Parts: sequence; structure tokens; C-alpha cells
Amino acid sequence: MTAIHEIDFGTPASESTTMVSLTIDGIPVTVPAGTSLMRAAAEAGIAVPKLCATDSLKAFGSCRLCLVQVDGRRGFPASCTTPAEQGMTVHTQNGKLAELRRGVMELYISDHPLDCLTCAANGDCELQDMAGAVGLREVRYGYEGANHLKAEKDTSNPYFTFDPAKCIVCSRCVRACEEIQGTFALTIDGRGFQSVVSPGQLEAFMESECVSCGACVQACPTATLMDNSVIAAGTPDRAVVTTCAYCGVGCAFKAELRGSELVRMTPYKDGKANHGHSCVKGRFAWGYATHKDRITTPMIRKSIQDPWKEVSWEEAIAYAAAEFKRLQGQYGRASVGAITSSRCSNEETYLVQKLVRAAFGNNNVDTCARVCHSPTGYGLKQTLGESAGTQDFDSIRATDVMFVIGANPTDGHPVFGSAMKRRLREGARLIVADPRTIDLVRTPHVEAAYHLKLRPGTNVALLTALAHVIVTEGLVAETFVRERCEGPSFAQWREFVARPEHSPEATEAVTGVPAAELRGAARLFATGGNAAIYYGLGVTEHSQGSTSVMAIANLAMATGNIGREGVGVNPLRGQNNVQGSCDMGSFPHELPGYRHVLDEGPRALFGQAWGVELEPEPGLRIPNMFDAALEGSFKGLYLEGEDIAQSDPNTQHVTAALEAMECIVVQDLFLNETAKFAHVFLPGSSFLEKDGTFTNAERRISRVRKVMPPLAGKEDWQVTMDLSNALGYPMHYAHPSEIMDEIARLTPTFHGVSYDRIDELGSIQWPCNDEHPTGTPVMHQQEFVRGKGRFMLTEYVATEERVNSRFPLILTTGRILSQYNVGAQTRRTANVEWHEEDRLEIHPHDAEDRGIKDGDWVGIVSRAGETTLRARVTERVQPGVVYTTFHHPESGANVITTENSDWATNCPEYKVTAVQVTPVFGTSEWQARFRQFTKEQLSLLAQAHWESRP
Amino acid sequence: MKSLAHLVQMANQIAAFHAALPDHTEAVNGVAAHLRRFWEPRMRATLLDHLDDPACAALHPLVREAIDTHADDLRPAPR
Ligand code: SF4
Ligand code: SF4
Ligand code: SF4
Ligand code: FES
Repeated sequence: MTAIHEIDFGTPASESTTMVSLTIDGIPVTVPAGTSLMRAAAEAGIAVPKLCATDSLKAFGSCRLCLVQVDGRRGFPASCTTPAEQGMTVHTQNGKLAELRRGVMELYISDHPLDCLTCAANGDCELQDMAGAVGLREVRYGYEGANHLKAEKDTSNPYFTFDPAKCIVCSRCVRACEEIQGTFALTIDGRGFQSVVSPGQLEAFMESECVSCGACVQACPTATLMDNSVIAAGTPDRAVVTTCAYCGVGCAFKAELRGSELVRMTPYKDGKANHGHSCVKGRFAWGYATHKDRITTPMIRKSIQDPWKEVSWEEAIAYAAAEFKRLQGQYGRASVGAITSSRCSNEETYLVQKLVRAAFGNNNVDTCARVCHSPTGYGLKQTLGESAGTQDFDSIRATDVMFVIGANPTDGHPVFGSAMKRRLREGARLIVADPRTIDLVRTPHVEAAYHLKLRPGTNVALLTALAHVIVTEGLVAETFVRERCEGPSFAQWREFVARPEHSPEATEAVTGVPAAELRGAARLFATGGNAAIYYGLGVTEHSQGSTSVMAIANLAMATGNIGREGVGVNPLRGQNNVQGSCDMGSFPHELPGYRHVLDEGPRALFGQAWGVELEPEPGLRIPNMFDAALEGSFKGLYLEGEDIAQSDPNTQHVTAALEAMECIVVQDLFLNETAKFAHVFLPGSSFLEKDGTFTNAERRISRVRKVMPPLAGKEDWQVTMDLSNALGYPMHYAHPSEIMDEIARLTPTFHGVSYDRIDELGSIQWPCNDEHPTGTPVMHQQEFVRGKGRFMLTEYVATEERVNSRFPLILTTGRILSQYNVGAQTRRTANVEWHEEDRLEIHPHDAEDRGIKDGDWVGIVSRAGETTLRARVTERVQPGVVYTTFHHPESGANVITTENSDWATNCPEYKVTAVQVTPVFGTSEWQARFRQFTKEQLSLLAQAHWESRP
Repeated sequence: MKSLAHLVQMANQIAAFHAALPDHTEAVNGVAAHLRRFWEPRMRATLLDHLDDPACAALHPLVREAIDTHADDLRPAPR
């Protein structure tokens, strides 16, 4: 149900290339074979009445409203289930059909409450529309017979209401949950008149398997499943197409408004990443944007012990600029820097790195991709030549074998997780390598062929052993390797991986994966057809993160699984704009488009365009900034949208570094953890309040469109511009599109990108230039970006973070569907009903050894620090491994994680921390201090509000 | 100095990756190039200035060799 009507063709498009021609109501139509008569009619502009059909679902043929007549055939076939055939003559309207349809409608309406005028779906209801379309004027059956009008509402879900009295049992919801989402939470219980829609075993939605993706709500033609926001505010009257600001899937949404009030986010059918699907975050968790905690007035203070003072934008900007200049004067040009977030738009991150390079005059700029996917950038550039995933999401439709390593798509990338599950239900095979039993290992109608339960920190040993089997069992795609890859690097690699010490039998002791299983998985990967690798932070966030990424690229090249649909190397990016923030030159060693600051050509190009001489040395990466701050040579930091005090490892080290700095400027929606250490607070704008673009995990650049004016009066890019101007480096853009035009001018892979072009195409996958005017869904097709693919040697080096008798368990971390990273947004929505606290998962054996029961408070101690969490005793984790999420600051998950990092990029080793776990009664010392500090800082904030009251 | 120990640890990790290369010169050059291209001048200077510090006793031989053979390139230009 949507306010701005997209055409519903009734049944999905056929992918056949054979065309058939027919006549419908006298109009000649040509459609691909396999197209339903309903869809063919819709293509000709004829709307056949329907209730149980919608084009996101396979035809079902239950409501009988869509009957038509076909010359030369008997009876009245349902047009949704009847395929168009060559030469058919079809009639969708005549007296007999009208009479039949009215009869059907009459039955529906006789068991439907006639409170249309007060119904939340009034004007946006297909049942109402159809009653009109078939010309229903009277209902002969009274309400005195048996009916469902008194059925009780289910309001358990915080975002939508289920009102069974209005249900017409079309089963669109059930099918949406199965076909689109793949959760199978709904069934039709009972038969005939008794049949009702049932979540689980006649449970409430919240008690069922439902993950609140909204697909059923979207599919429901009536008000039975309805957004609470629409029930409260009324049906929307206008819509703006934009892009979700949560994860790297980058779903397109229609932000639907009533006046200036946002009432619903509806997944957009034309969105190339999501095709009309969504998850609980993007679909429902947008209330944070207007949460009372939003700070909308700039603030400054001299020291973090001082109360905040609310000031004008001009004063705040002038203060920040003066401080940065003072610091540079006193401690040198390199004493200040900036960090952006992957939540920021391309234009915002581009401006911040430009400010650092041109106004600060150094390269001390980094982005939070440092702590997630920087090894992807490094590893893929070394092997394939471009720091990006190779495929589009739709490529999965042609995949036969999925190898998922260190990723949990159904939680982290839910909409793509659903696409994976769909393909698996169609028969693709699945290999999972993960220490933990992620949901994908076993979901309805899906079971992994192999689950390689490796020990955390042993990815490289496992990947090299897979390569060993492929090489020694003659499974290499010899022709591909000969034609597409560097001969010498391949020869060297082949010899290396074939060594006996890399065999599965030899590495079993390290990885914990039985050799026979690993051999089976390697054979399946190499011989099972199109094989695609999907990986996440379980690969990158290790001391050998970059090595693992290279090992993944090696595997894809050796088996010829790269350069066409269905295959490839696919990093699943955590946040909405991880890809984009990296593309935009947010790393301290790279200018936009991944051009090294040491390389004279690009440096001169940007220098000339920006009218400055650029620093020919790499800048500090985030962890290096902390070290330099503690050493006393790094004094000022501008942070846009990034909360390092919560998200970076070894919290106490980070906060000590923050305390050592003299000017911290935080630009954010909320007083986040880092802002508690800040001297200047610049209010940020949410994705609903600004224009820009995000680039998702498949390199797809999509528009973010302003839906409402910024609450604090400025969009983020304007704030950066103001700061730059105050620093004495002029920036004058009238609109973010002008920033994109500059990016396009200076970056060869973006030459063809502009806002007009994005509007025209919907979205664009870079590279987009003269060679690829409409973008590039699949990369490396004829040759690799670097020319020939390069094999890298991947020796396993055990992490220095080792278990011993003091720290006998390995802690690894991950995330959950309902929450998003540090949780600043999702914790301020009803999503907390699914996850109100982080818990420590521990295996029953380890729990029993320590006398820990489910729900007990436990202390977790590592070499870096100590915190407490409640335990969840579960066999999801293996003995020896414990696991937690990191969405709540008071959990202090990063108090425990260490500064160990990837050798090439300093990406922290979040995924491996040696710990001990013991039952405790009180909270940890850190948590006590954290609470006290938070209390103090909130009171300093409250004083600011108090002071500025008239 | 805490950060020196950290730099030594990071440099050794870089060496451990390159140690797999059969061609020794390639390995040495690889370590040097990585330090040059990814380490900020302060980090390189700290390491170069403290080679005699006890913390540097733990330096991987490949790092030492990389520094010995590429000192001019690795030493940041005075600013
Ligand atoms: S809840 Fe909606 S979609 Fe589901 S059967 Fe009832 S009317 Fe159809
Ligand atoms: S919200 Fe999603 S998971 Fe829940 S019942 Fe509906 S379709 Fe299924
Ligand atoms: S969080 Fe990710 S999967 Fe969910 S709606 Fe947003 S982009 Fe889509
Ligand atoms: S729409 Fe065809 S049978 Fe329901």
C-alpha cells in the first residue's frame, strides 16, 4: 500500500527472451513468454481487478477477482495465473465478467467492517478500490451471519498493528514473508471460513519468528497490517525517493509525508539494491531523527569540565577555526586532523578531506572504514587493482555456490540476506566459515552444505588450505589463470600453497576445522558452478585482515570465479557509505579515487584544482592519531558523525588520547560518547534533512534527498564549508551537486557521474565514464583493473593476542539485526524492544565450568580492561569462544578489545581478544566511572540549556 | 616509550607478511615501501631515531635491513 502509486503489474516480470503477441480488449500487446495475462494487460494500460496478486509475489490464483475470457477457451481463467500465448484474443471486461466479479466482491465485503471513513487505510486500500472498480453497489448478505468482525487486534509489534477483522485471507502477507523475506513466520491457519493469518503457532507477532521487515505490511491490500505511524498520522500525501542511511545494502525508500511530517518509509520498488524490500531498521527505525535528544544549537566550552554554552553558528565556527589555527601555530601544521564517518554522504566526506588537505595543509584525515574495511581496500587493490567489490547484488541470482566467510548477512545486511536465502531455496549451495552458527547456516528450507567452524583468528590458515586443495587436486581454472593473471605470481603462489604445511590435515590443529570437511568445501567451491565469495568484518578485523582479503581474491582468480555474473569477490560493507567514504579520499594516504599522495600526477592535479600545494607524505591513521595525541604532537580533531570513544578499540586508550587534546570539534546529531570530551559541538543533520549521495557495497551511487529542512538550520556540508572559510580556505558551493561535479571532474572512475545522470538512471555503479556511460555492474570483465590479476603469498601468522591460563577464552564481536553499530540511532527507537542490552554468549561447557547460568552477570577481563555483561548460555558459540554485540555504550565491549591491528592498514583486531569470564555481582570499575562521567556530562549539557533560557 | 614498542610491533607484522616472499630483495623492498607509503613521517622518524633503544632489539631482521638499505627514502624531509 503506497500513497504515491507505483504501477502494480500484478505478477513479476518474465525474464524470457522469446516474445509473444496477443490482443487484449482489442489492443495488440507483445510481451516476453511466460508473462501473465494480468501483467500483459497492465502493460497495455488495462487494469484487471485483483486482490491476491501483486507484482512482488508469484501469482497465487485464490481470489478469483481477476477472471477474464479468452476466445476459443472455455470458462473464465484467472488472468494472474494464465500465461500469455501467441495469438490469443483476451477480454477483460464484459457483462458476464462484471457479474462474476461483483459476486466475488460481495462475499468479501459481507465479512468486512464497513468503517471505511474512519479506517487508517481510507483512500489507500485495494479492497475499497476494487469494490469501486467492479461497481459493487449492494451487499445481499447481512452481518448477522458468522463473521470475523470481532477478532482481536495484535498490537505487540511496536511499528505495525494486525487487525484480523479486516483480513480477506488473500495470503499476500504469508507469501511475502516466505518469498521476499524468507522468514516463514506466517501461515494461514485453518480452512475455509475458519482460516486466519497466524504468526507462528497462533502467537503474537512479537513472540513469533517475525523479524519486523515490513514485507507483509507492504503486501497487505487492506488495513489488516498497517503501520502505526499511518494509523496515528493519517495516510501520506506526498513522497520523496531517498536512500536508507543504515547499512551498506543501500535500500531505496520513498519517504512518505503528510505535510512536512514523515509518516512512513516505504521500500521503493525501483530501487536496484532492494527491489522493494526492506528491514526493520530502514523501514521503521527512523524516529531518532526527531528524538528529543537531538542537539540543534551549536555549543562551545573551554574545558571538558566546563558547562556547555549555547552560541550562534558564527561564534561556534569562528571559535573552532581560531583554536585550530592556534594549535597549528603552536604545535605545527601536522598537529590537527579530521575523522569522518561512513554514515556521511560522499559530498560531506569529500569536503572534509579537502578541508584537511587544503585548509589544514596536511593529510591527517581518516574515516571509520579504517576500523572496518580498510583491509578490503588494500587487499583488493593489490590483487585485482581496484578497492571495491566486483559484483552487483543481483549477480547472486546466477550463483551456484556461495561462500560466506566472516559475515552474518541476515543480521548485518538483511535485505541482501533475504536475496541470498531466496537463491539458496532455488538450489544454490552454501559454504559458511564462521566460529559461530549464524542464522544462515540453517533457516527455513536452507541448510549450509558446509559450516567450517574455525577458531577466531585463523582465517588465513583456512583460506590457504582451501587453495592447497584446489591446487593439489587439479581444480585450478588453468585457462582463466593463463589468460587473465600474472604468470610468475601465479607460479610462485601455486608452489607456496601446495606445500604440505598448508594442507587441511596440517592446518586442522590451528583452525579446528576437520580436514575432510575443508576438502569437501574446497571441491564444492571449485567445481560447483558459479562460485561467489561474500565476506564481512570477520575477515577484515584481524591482525591479518589484509592477508585474508588477498587470500580470498587468490581463490576467486584460481578458480576463474571473477569477471562475470554469479561469481566474484563481494565485501559486505557495514555502514551505508563505507564504499563511498573510501572512494572520496578519506584515507590519509589516498586522494579521491584511490590515488596515492606520494604520486606526483594526482597530487598536482588536485593541487592545481584546489589552488594549494599538497603535502607529499601520508597522514596519521585513526590509531596513529591516538598515539600521537598521547605523545603530545597531535592536539586538535574535527569529527563528523564518528563516535570514536565508543566504536574504537581499547576505550581507555582512546579516551586518554581525547583528554590529551586541546580542541575536539564534534559534529553530530547527539551528544555521543566522543562529544563528552569535546570543546565545540556543531549540530549535524540527519539523512532526511539534506541532499547528497551514498555509495553502497555494490559501488552503487544513489541519491539522498532532502525530505525536511535541517533541524539546526544547516546541512552538514554547509557546516564544513563554513569552517573551511573561517580557516581561510574559501569554499563556495551552492548545492551538493556542485561538489559531485568537482569529484567527477577530478576522478576518472566518476567522470560520467552527476546528479542529473543519477536522476535519469535511478542510480549508478561506478566506474561511470566514457567507457561505461551507464556504470559498471560487474567489474574486471575483459581484464583486471590492474591489467593482469596478481596472486599474493598468504602465510598464516598467529595473532599476538593469544589465549593462556589467565585469559583462556577468545572473545569475538558482531552485531544484531535490530541495532546499528554504536546504536546512537537505533537505541533511540522502538528497536530496543528486540535488543535492550548487549549480552555475552557463552557455550554451556564453559558456563558450567565457571558456575555461570543464563542471565547471570559476568565479568569479562582482557589485557586491555574489564567490563560486565549478562550471560546468554548457548551452543551457537563453540567451547572456548565467547561473543557479544557492541550496540550499547555502557556495555563497554571496547573496553576489553585491544590495540592489535591489521599489519597493512591498522584496522583493529576486534574479532580476537583473549579474555577470562567469571561470575560477578557488581559492575566493573570502568562502568562505574563511565556512569559517573556520563552523569556529569549530561548535567553540563543541561546547564547549557538552562543558561540560554530567556 | 609505549608508542615505540607499538611501532616495533607494527613494523614486525609488516615484515612477517613479506617474509613469505622467496626473493629476499623483494621482501626487503616491500617492507621499506610499505613504511614509506603508509607510515606518517612522525612514525618513521620515531623508529629511525630509536634504533638503539632496547625496544628495538625485538625488530624483525627484515625491518632492520629495510631501514639500512632505504634510510634516505624513509627519513622524512625536514619541515
Ligand atoms: S493480513 Fe492482509 S495480506 Fe494477509 S491475508 Fe489478510 S488481507 Fe491478505
Ligand atoms: S514483518 Fe517480515 S518477518 Fe515479520 S511476518 Fe511480516 S514479512 Fe514476515
Ligand atoms: S538497514 Fe540496510 S537492509 Fe535495512 S533497509 Fe537500510 S539499507 Fe536496507
Ligand atoms: S488476483 Fe488473480 S486470483 Fe486473485
